[in-house]
Amino acid sequence: MKYWRKPLDLESIKASRGKVIIVEDRCKGCEFCVAYCPRDVLGMSQTFSVRGYHTPVVIDESKCVNCHFCEALCPEFAIYSIEEAEATKRETARSRRKNK
Amino acid sequence: MADKAVLTGTYFMNGDYACCEGALAAGCRFFAGYPITPATEITERMSRRLPELGGIFIQMEDEIASMAAVLGASWGGVKAMTSTSGPGFSLMMENIGLGICTETPCVICNVQRAGPSTGLPTLVGQGDMMQARWGSHGHYEVIALAPSSPQEMFDLTIRAFNLSEQYRIPVMIMADEVVGHMNERVVIPRKDEIELIGRRKPKVSPHDYLPYHPDPDGVAPMANCGDGYRIHITGLTHDERGYPGMDEATQAQMVNRLIRKIADNKDKIIRTENICLDDADVVVVAYGISARSARQAVRDARSGGIRAGLIKLETVWPFPETLIRDVAAQVRALVMPEINAGQMVLELQRCAGGACPVHLVSHLGGSIIHPSTILSAIKDAIKGRK
Amino acid sequence: MKTKKAKKNVPGHPMEDLIRSERLPHIWCAGCGIGTVFGSVMAAIQKSGYDLDKTAIVSGIGCTARMAGYIRLDSFHTTHGRALPFATGLKLANPKLKVLVVSGDGDLLAIGGNHFIHAARRNIDITVICVNNLNYGMTGGQLAPSTPFGAKTTTSVSGCPEEPFNFCYLASACGAIYVARWTSLHIRRLTNSITEAMQKRGFGFVEILTPCPTSFGRRNKIGTALETLKFYHERSVIRNDIDPKEAPIDFGSNIVVGKFVDTERPTFLDNYQLSCKKQIGDWPDFEGTMVQDNQAL
Repeated sequence: MKYWRKPLDLESIKASRGKVIIVEDRCKGCEFCVAYCPRDVLGMSQTFSVRGYHTPVVIDESKCVNCHFCEALCPEFAIYSIEEAEATKRETARSRRKNK
Repeated sequence: MADKAVLTGTYFMNGDYACCEGALAAGCRFFAGYPITPATEITERMSRRLPELGGIFIQMEDEIASMAAVLGASWGGVKAMTSTSGPGFSLMMENIGLGICTETPCVICNVQRAGPSTGLPTLVGQGDMMQARWGSHGHYEVIALAPSSPQEMFDLTIRAFNLSEQYRIPVMIMADEVVGHMNERVVIPRKDEIELIGRRKPKVSPHDYLPYHPDPDGVAPMANCGDGYRIHITGLTHDERGYPGMDEATQAQMVNRLIRKIADNKDKIIRTENICLDDADVVVVAYGISARSARQAVRDARSGGIRAGLIKLETVWPFPETLIRDVAAQVRALVMPEINAGQMVLELQRCAGGACPVHLVSHLGGSIIHPSTILSAIKDAIKGRK
Repeated sequence: MKTKKAKKNVPGHPMEDLIRSERLPHIWCAGCGIGTVFGSVMAAIQKSGYDLDKTAIVSGIGCTARMAGYIRLDSFHTTHGRALPFATGLKLANPKLKVLVVSGDGDLLAIGGNHFIHAARRNIDITVICVNNLNYGMTGGQLAPSTPFGAKTTTSVSGCPEEPFNFCYLASACGAIYVARWTSLHIRRLTNSITEAMQKRGFGFVEILTPCPTSFGRRNKIGTALETLKFYHERSVIRNDIDPKEAPIDFGSNIVVGKFVDTERPTFLDNYQLSCKKQIGDWPDFEGTMVQDNQAL
């Protein structure tokens, strides 16, 4: 990002990074999340879920800023986002347990 | 302060007022009603008395709202009541059904007047008896009581609250305009002489609680709104968790349970006053104000040498099937006076099962049945004349 | 039908505690806005800070009213149109409860119309969430007092011959102290509105326009639910604080949304308490009486 001046707290402020979790079984394929994600993180899958719907898939997770808009808009509670740092922490703990 | 609710003493009191006092003595602290002759006095007295006891009185916009508010208040944890007459009773039917299906304790007093429709607003009738049993759609059991004096208006209102709390069901008091408007001696006992029953609370934790899982007596403990049990209550056919179940099995389970809850406890619920039955040749079966006329007629018959008896129905629903079956087998005839074209007499005929003839003394409404009319019917019955 | 549990060690949906997830998937159609409103209502309840054990939902009959069955709070699914008087009784019997009425446009304002105007007039302390999908959805799409003039429904195949209500105008005229309208796309503002309404003492009314793709949308060739949301996005204008009379839902031009009324008035219990004091000199604080704490009124 090009700055015309450098913000004093540029180093300390970290932009939120999110991880999207999709509960495929609950989704009814309304496409709200895909259309209204402000960062175009999602797209629709080509395959069908067990219910016969096309569900959302994460296209580019790096763009997710954990704004929770998909989570708020979804009528089915089928999609939500969590803080990436939190997700990484959990993944690390999980793999640590697996490797024990 | 608390004994402001129980006005111990002897009074010359209007039946409607006695009903109000009975409710307050029973612990009723919420009343939602709508004015309708001849029950307006209950509403008016409640509006004056409830503020004295820290209770809530609200005159709702119609009887439908009154019944809904009473159900809501009951779930809020307060004993609640409404009163009405025929036209309002018809309006309340849907919500009475909701109360029965959700098993909500509450009391409805119907001070009957002559119908159908607007009818004779200021004059007596007893034409809502079958409506009390079958007025709402679907199949269910009810409890209905019939006071025949202002004293009974007081006593039976207390009993109605006790039954409603014990069996988690809306209980109807089927009074009539004469009993409601007559002034007579009412003795209000001391507070400690009045037995009160409250709803059974759950003993398990919220996690384990099933709102419609009955105890051995068929009644489920009731958690109120705000007790932390996170209950879901619906008028849809529901399972023990309270969740809607759209299938025959859930329907069978729920409706059977609602029916059995009352049917299996019939013996504890049914009460009659039996007078001179042992040697009776003719027995008069009556309720409400007609029981007062019948009592006089039976007295006159006895002094005229006829062995007459009286069964005064205190509970009209459930109907005392077993008692009638036994009595019908032993007497020569049954007589029923009613201020309608024959409603409870159909039950009487059904339960008598042809063991003896059943005679109806019918008056269509507008005044009470004179004892002499009943006496003539008793004489005809003895002679085998219809 | 059991839903597949999310992967182990991944946190569940943030609303999981408030949803009766054993009953999911819910009955609402794909694209129905009610699910979104449901999420909003739960978020607002959480945000409002009220004790969840003392928060109750009362609903009538209809698609929106089914919300009562999916939320893990004390909830009452009553008869058609009678949620408001039921909620009145519930609130007056236990003023410590926070009572929300969640129901649809037909339930609240057609069959329940009489109860609506009186509950607003009395200023009963409840928050009313009215989901407006422009028809009676549950029974297949009949006309309702919200159906736009000329719209097709199963009971108006040649176009609805009736003008609809302006619900916000009606609520405001009847004395509601908080009136707002949003669409199900305006989620954040909607959540805030519901929270604000809950935190006010008195009759709060929030109307939410939602897509009904299966009934209304299909018969009026509106397209998918997503297209309805896009329509709302384009056509809605936010006008806070204007007179609700000037805030119609005009599908020809603009859908006016916003917070229209935010005022104060004594509630029913405030006035009842005053009149009781006049009658008996003091409002007694009886042991065992249900109005325990006057401050809770």
